[in-house]
Amino acid sequence: MTYPAQLQAATYDVTDAFEANEFYQEQGWTDGLPIVPPTAERVAACLQAAGLEADDVVGVEGVRQRPLTAEKVAINAVMAGCRPDYMPVVVAILRAMCQERFNMHGSTASTGGSAPFIVVNGPIRNAIGMNATHNVLANGNRANATIGRTVRLVLINLLGCVPGQLDRSTLGHPGKFAFCIAEDEEDSPWLPLAQERGVPAGESAVTVMSVAPPRQIMNEWTHDPEEILDTFAAEMRHNMLTYSVWSGSYFLVVPKQLRELLVAAGWQKSDVREYVFRAARVPRRQWATVGKANIVNRSGGPDQEFTALRTADDLLVVAAGGPAGGFGSVIPPWLGSKAQAVTQTIESP
Amino acid sequence: MALQVLDPTAEDVAAETTHAARLTSLRGCAVGLLDNGKIRVRELLDKMEDILRAEHGVARVIRLKKPDASRPAPADVVAEMKAVDAIISAVGD
Repeated sequence: MTYPAQLQAATYDVTDAFEANEFYQEQGWTDGLPIVPPTAERVAACLQAAGLEADDVVGVEGVRQRPLTAEKVAINAVMAGCRPDYMPVVVAILRAMCQERFNMHGSTASTGGSAPFIVVNGPIRNAIGMNATHNVLANGNRANATIGRTVRLVLINLLGCVPGQLDRSTLGHPGKFAFCIAEDEEDSPWLPLAQERGVPAGESAVTVMSVAPPRQIMNEWTHDPEEILDTFAAEMRHNMLTYSVWSGSYFLVVPKQLRELLVAAGWQKSDVREYVFRAARVPRRQWATVGKANIVNRSGGPDQEFTALRTADDLLVVAAGGPAGGFGSVIPPWLGSKAQAVTQTIESP
Repeated sequence: MALQVLDPTAEDVAAETTHAARLTSLRGCAVGLLDNGKIRVRELLDKMEDILRAEHGVARVIRLKKPDASRPAPADVVAEMKAVDAIISAVGD
């Protein structure tokens, strides 16, 4: 018997990993993809790597007072395919998500269908081999993929965010499988996101926010920083018109090609924020151009101005992406400022 | 080789959760109607109040309101809910 005494979860006997997967699928305990069987040994290794006891509470979902115990989080991390050394990152993400301003209940239950977008900063990115370059918003890296996936499995298994049950998403989006990246700190002279948000240099941290799907832009026809940012701002304006006008935080993911042009012009992240804050705004009358003429005359009338960001500091600029291509990504908030970005330091055991 | 695997769900919470006793009738009861901030919810609850009073003999209706649909009811609104026998939390649109 190798089952550590401190683990409390119910156990099931299965013949092998294939049968384990079939059983978990039948129970509705996955996101649809196969799982790694969570054995006591693997779960104990995850707890040890994060310096946690099985009954430690990682966080409490505030609306329904649901505790996320370390043991259950570790079980879901193993299922998602995490290595034990990813566990401190998972714990920091969930701690961030349990803070009131993250609005976990509202954003995960909403018909709007958001996903938690996670940006990891600091030395742990390299220690666990995270990807910050090619294909950064998508597949290919175990840490990015399985840390992101763990969040979804925790939402499903511990908080009941099952589609059609507590998760009422009309469409959802692909980021709900996993949406976790590292910032490319080594290849950028810009201040990393976590440091901009008060985390000391040399410490690791996550920044998490509930977001709508990413919107990709491209501009390979200018070296002018204002023109480059006009393209990003246009996409934000389009999001305001076609999706949600409410102001809040947006992520801008800026890959190397466009980043180097901004850097060569002497622009820091703070300059990017100030410019985009001024550029990303729309008058109510523009709703007539996207099929929403019925609401042009409401409230403040056709000239009423809306800003994408409440202040310049709402813009979260992240250096990440492959080296070639004049692309970028605008990642809008789920619903204005109803759910906000939370930065949480990662505690190493 | 056989494997022993662990339950990933909130089994402890499920075991501890209890429901309030179910009402068998609304006659003479106090009912709270929670406006969740959605469009048209007021009209929906107005109609519901009429039905509750006229057809179910509800004695008292308390109207409560969340500031918006996307965030939880504030503590003072939750405290008010404790004064009634039943709550209807409504979705408009």
